[in-house]
Amino acid sequence: MSGVRLLVGTRKGAFVLSSDGKRERWAVSGPHFAGWEVYHVKGSPADPDRLYASQSSGWSGQVIQRSDDGGVTWEPVGNKFAYDGVPGTHQWYDGTPHPWEFERVWHLEPSLEDPDTVYAGVEDAGLFRSTDGGRQWQELPALRGHKSGPSWQPGAGGMCLHTIILDPARPGRMFAAISAAGAFRSDDAGQTWRPINQGLHSEGIPDPDAEVGHCVHRLAMHPSRPSVLYMQKHWDVMRSDDAGESWHEVSGNLPTDFGFPIDVHAHEPDTIYVVPITSDAEHFPPEGKLRVYRSRTGGGEWEALTDGLPQEHCYVNVLRDAMTVDTLDSCGVYFGTTGGQVYASADAGDSWAPIVRDLPAVLSVEAQTLP
Amino acid sequence: MIRVVLPAHLRTLARVDGEVKLDVAGQVTQRSVLDALEARYPALAGTIRDHDGGARRAFIRFFACEQDLSHQTPDTPLPEAVASGAEPYLIVGAMAGG
Repeated sequence: MSGVRLLVGTRKGAFVLSSDGKRERWAVSGPHFAGWEVYHVKGSPADPDRLYASQSSGWSGQVIQRSDDGGVTWEPVGNKFAYDGVPGTHQWYDGTPHPWEFERVWHLEPSLEDPDTVYAGVEDAGLFRSTDGGRQWQELPALRGHKSGPSWQPGAGGMCLHTIILDPARPGRMFAAISAAGAFRSDDAGQTWRPINQGLHSEGIPDPDAEVGHCVHRLAMHPSRPSVLYMQKHWDVMRSDDAGESWHEVSGNLPTDFGFPIDVHAHEPDTIYVVPITSDAEHFPPEGKLRVYRSRTGGGEWEALTDGLPQEHCYVNVLRDAMTVDTLDSCGVYFGTTGGQVYASADAGDSWAPIVRDLPAVLSVEAQTLP
Repeated sequence: MIRVVLPAHLRTLARVDGEVKLDVAGQVTQRSVLDALEARYPALAGTIRDHDGGARRAFIRFFACEQDLSHQTPDTPLPEAVASGAEPYLIVGAMAGG
């Protein structure tokens, strides 16, 4: 019988949550790498037993862990992330030049075909690739070296490259997003990049319609329709129908269009999910009610999903990498909170139940659908 | 035989319990001890000092014989008590965090 494995990164370690296809009863293993921040754990689409985890701490820096047995055992692999050449400067919070300094890996994106190839999005923003299962990492320097690089500036969480999407239909096309620079696209496997931010409008930067400088929180794509992208920006939920060439706002009737994650139903490319957060000053749900909002129209028209979610006194956040879907017939949707809950819906968001309630603050959740 | 005490997180990463005992060829310095430590436990590379240049990570300190050696040059000989194994070389995580 098919099943689901959730890979959960938290402030104090990683957890693996496993269930059969009913998704009613879950086994919990962990903490793995106890006491360390685990920003992200993700499995290879080509080999679901091959997992990569980003483990870090302020004391001891970055470690990359690899599992070849679905998270039962782990092996530290390479952790040398050296920028190509002399990295130069970006803008600091106050607008002054600041040297590029590696801080941590935010996001790991395994290749769609090769379990040994994996991309890493890092802070300060850069894109790295390993082709030997994580042992050695080389920067793809063209992104950081884009002419706009010296003008990029950090978001509140750091200047992170947090989103990497590989286009399944067009080999070599990939998308990346950086806070606070914006979205970028490469059509040649990362050799060249260009900003794709036309249509974004951001208050709080000198030119609200600038080519770069936007605090993009997350991008999402349905693999069957890779030219359509969805974006949760700092403020505004956006949609592109031309692979990022232009964007239009689809916030519609959301109670607030600030938030972090956005994701797409596994079988319905026009069904998308966000978790509205009150504001950039108040990182918790409006009115203390934890509500996932679902649009079945690709944005614009949204419905609140509340069944099983706390509707009073809830002041958690849901971070950008902390929502995911499985690919079972009835699409499962999952998200983790900064309060340590991981919620699951086995009916595409109609109803929810917590799998766990008391983990450390959840940084990321990824689902693997197992045969 | 050099005795090295690691902070808890790094003992876990290196999969060791208690003190690490190392044979160090030649002069016993912080650099030679850390080189030997990383050669024995490659997972520790980059977690105590930078890959490039070997600079001590900011929140890591080096103590021995009730002295703070964190700011000594890497090639300064360690105290004889460390070189003889009478006293351990302590790699310490700064007290901070949550």
